[in-house]
Amino acid sequence: MTLQNILIFAILILAYRLLLRRLSRGWVLLVLSCLSVFWLQPALPIRYLDFWLPVGTLALTVFAWAVTAPPEDRSLKNNLPALLVVGGIVVLMGLTRFITQTGLITPGRPPQIFPILAVVLVVGAFTWAVARQKRTNPVLLAGGIILLITLLVVLKYPPLTNWVSGLLREWNGQSAALASPLDIRWLGFSYISFRLIHTLRDRQTGRLPGVSLQEYVNYVIFFPAVTAGPIDRLERFIGDLRKPSNLDSGQFMAGGKRLLAGLFRKFVLADALALIALNATNASQVSSSGWTWVLLYAFAFQIYFDFSGYTDIAIGLGIWLGIVLPENFNRPYLKPNLTQFWNNWHMTLTGWFRAYYFNPLTRAMRSSKKRFPTWFILLFTQVTTMVLIGMWHGITWSFIIWGLWQGVGLFVQNRYSEWAKPRTAGWISQPGWAKTFNALGVFLTFNYLALGWVWFTVPDPAQALQVIGRLFGA
Amino acid sequence: MSQNPETPPKFQPSPRFVGTVLARALILLAIFLALTLIFKPARALGPLSLYNYLFPGRERFPYGENPQKSNNMTINDLDTMLASHAASQPKGVDEFRVFIFGDSSVWGTLLANNQTLAGQLNKKGIRTCDGKPVVFYNMAYPTLSLQKDVLFMNRALKLEPDLIVWPMTLESFPGMNPATSPLLSYNRTEAESLFPGIQIPPQANQHLWDSIQAQRRGLADWVRYQLFGVMWAATGVDQDLSQSWKPAERDFEPDNTFNKREPFDLASSLDFNPIVAGLKLAGDTPIIFVNEPILISRGENSDIRYNFFYPRWAYDDYRQALQSKAVANGWNYLDLWDLVPESEFTNSAIHLTPAGEQLLAERIAREIEGRLGCE
Repeated sequence: MTLQNILIFAILILAYRLLLRRLSRGWVLLVLSCLSVFWLQPALPIRYLDFWLPVGTLALTVFAWAVTAPPEDRSLKNNLPALLVVGGIVVLMGLTRFITQTGLITPGRPPQIFPILAVVLVVGAFTWAVARQKRTNPVLLAGGIILLITLLVVLKYPPLTNWVSGLLREWNGQSAALASPLDIRWLGFSYISFRLIHTLRDRQTGRLPGVSLQEYVNYVIFFPAVTAGPIDRLERFIGDLRKPSNLDSGQFMAGGKRLLAGLFRKFVLADALALIALNATNASQVSSSGWTWVLLYAFAFQIYFDFSGYTDIAIGLGIWLGIVLPENFNRPYLKPNLTQFWNNWHMTLTGWFRAYYFNPLTRAMRSSKKRFPTWFILLFTQVTTMVLIGMWHGITWSFIIWGLWQGVGLFVQNRYSEWAKPRTAGWISQPGWAKTFNALGVFLTFNYLALGWVWFTVPDPAQALQVIGRLFGA
Repeated sequence: MSQNPETPPKFQPSPRFVGTVLARALILLAIFLALTLIFKPARALGPLSLYNYLFPGRERFPYGENPQKSNNMTINDLDTMLASHAASQPKGVDEFRVFIFGDSSVWGTLLANNQTLAGQLNKKGIRTCDGKPVVFYNMAYPTLSLQKDVLFMNRALKLEPDLIVWPMTLESFPGMNPATSPLLSYNRTEAESLFPGIQIPPQANQHLWDSIQAQRRGLADWVRYQLFGVMWAATGVDQDLSQSWKPAERDFEPDNTFNKREPFDLASSLDFNPIVAGLKLAGDTPIIFVNEPILISRGENSDIRYNFFYPRWAYDDYRQALQSKAVANGWNYLDLWDLVPESEFTNSAIHLTPAGEQLLAERIAREIEGRLGCE
């Protein structure tokens, strides 16, 4: 989201909450969120793809609702208005091709109207067909999860993205030789897919509350959080959405403070630090160890302020809308060990992985007929969880090594804590020692994390290794 | 249901309340913008710099079209530019300062700092007769304009140079190059005081909103430029030298025009006012004028044109006129137009390779050593 996007969102929200508050919040959110997926979608070089990807987001969301909603909540009669609004917005966006050559809300000129109408009708028919079923279809639930993971792999694994880009280009009559992984940038798909998987998986385990189509779409593509999270949980989001809400002075101040804090963090601190943060270009220019540390620390804080700034903005706008989004960061760099860091950094993502990978895997290994030693269970679950978190950012060696770095660090720290706790319990409880140990822990944890960021920001592992060598004077 | 006494009362704004808040916000914004326009904070910050204090001073003025790769950016505020330059450090008691003004060929397009004319001259370790090291400073800027050189001179002379070297070429003379240096537009008032009657095309920021935007941009640029000090200190890189470039043209169409003008009486239309203004500003500080080397092509139609910039008739007229003027006025003048062989030019008819710059530096060093008169 650019500063302009955020300011327009803020003005629209305040105008609605102060002047048009009689309008239903759910419907206003639905319209704004559907429009936002088109408006925020980056322009792409493959013809019309920047129109079809937002359509894909809406189609997947509507499908997922049809598949996950309990039969009693799927009544077409109750959900037809929301279906018509979503479909109507897609058609309306398509019709803007007759107003402008460059795109009014969409990043480019939309495609011909007939394919759009056809897609809308197919999605509507499928939704209707699924909604008519009397039971939740487990095949569709599993198929949905597999489809979303497949799409994530295609988008995150550069050679595959490149190949798909080539296919799409050929299909469009464009040169496949110019294909690039950057051709397919799908707005917020990393977050949207995780929200969808959460609902599909919770439906499989029977924990998902029943929601209407309007509520479900609002949850998945809630516009303040569509680009950079946080990854909320459906039951929590719906709780807020269903509560009657008027903007009072407390909410106004709380939201405004978070919004301003976020704008400052993102557009002042993070953007300023970006000029001096370690990256592939300056990693090859800088020669001294000391300055390499400066650039690395700059990156560590840049990524924190950038990401936490966006979270603050999303939370601030959410508060103004009466939706209290979950926190994503809680002073992570001041934590004295890696476990605490990962409990306070991108908390909604780690929470998601804990719920849908780490805990189930740990339970499965513990209850397995084959007896695994505790240390092995810990090592395997932590390392694979962190590698998967790394791959969520991109399926490349750099992110895999970054995940390994974090996973091994967590394991070593856990084993050390277990070993050291009984040996230091007596004197670490004294206030002076406690503070000293805490400060030492913060220092070591931050620097371990900073070294890990080298793998994250320098895409070539060989170059990253050189940078780490240079940090230590090699 | 009784309300908790600690719960703040619900905020139910009336349209009148909203209107009042908006009106007050607009008034505050208007006051803030007016203060911004009156006090021009971007300009006021110009002389303040982290360079030469927290970071080393820059070896040439800031200019960069690709900030991410060059760790540099284009700034038009002369104070900011000068405050960041290494020349702004206090002059050492034992230092003999030489400022070299000029265009991109002196600034060093496609050259690292130690390969530029100033860099190569510094490598020679020249000393005055009483043993003072002669330190050369690159005060050039990559636009072709003598007037822009005088703008810099106007500010830089307070930094006490002992000698000025001023390379130039025909396109640097007023009216000989259709483009106007953005520095002149940005520093319009100063330019107009130095060159009465100068015609500077209006800048984009003619409207109030543009002026406000220019202040905001100026402030942001100042902050960004100071931050780039970290990268300058960390890398010593101030130009993207990895960029690919196209060699200067050697073959031409049979075109006799100079900047689309058919042959005309160029000698009498040459405007020497910037040189006169420079001499006046320099006062007792001697200036060595240099007609800088140009690419002399041997390609197709090179009997008509020396290079992409100059048809032979125009450049010959210019050389003749400059030589006559220098002799008539007793200027220290070196005509080095053909010093550098064709092979030592890079992407333009005036940009030199490191070897080309070395040739030029050797010749200028001989001249300076001769003037210093030490045995």
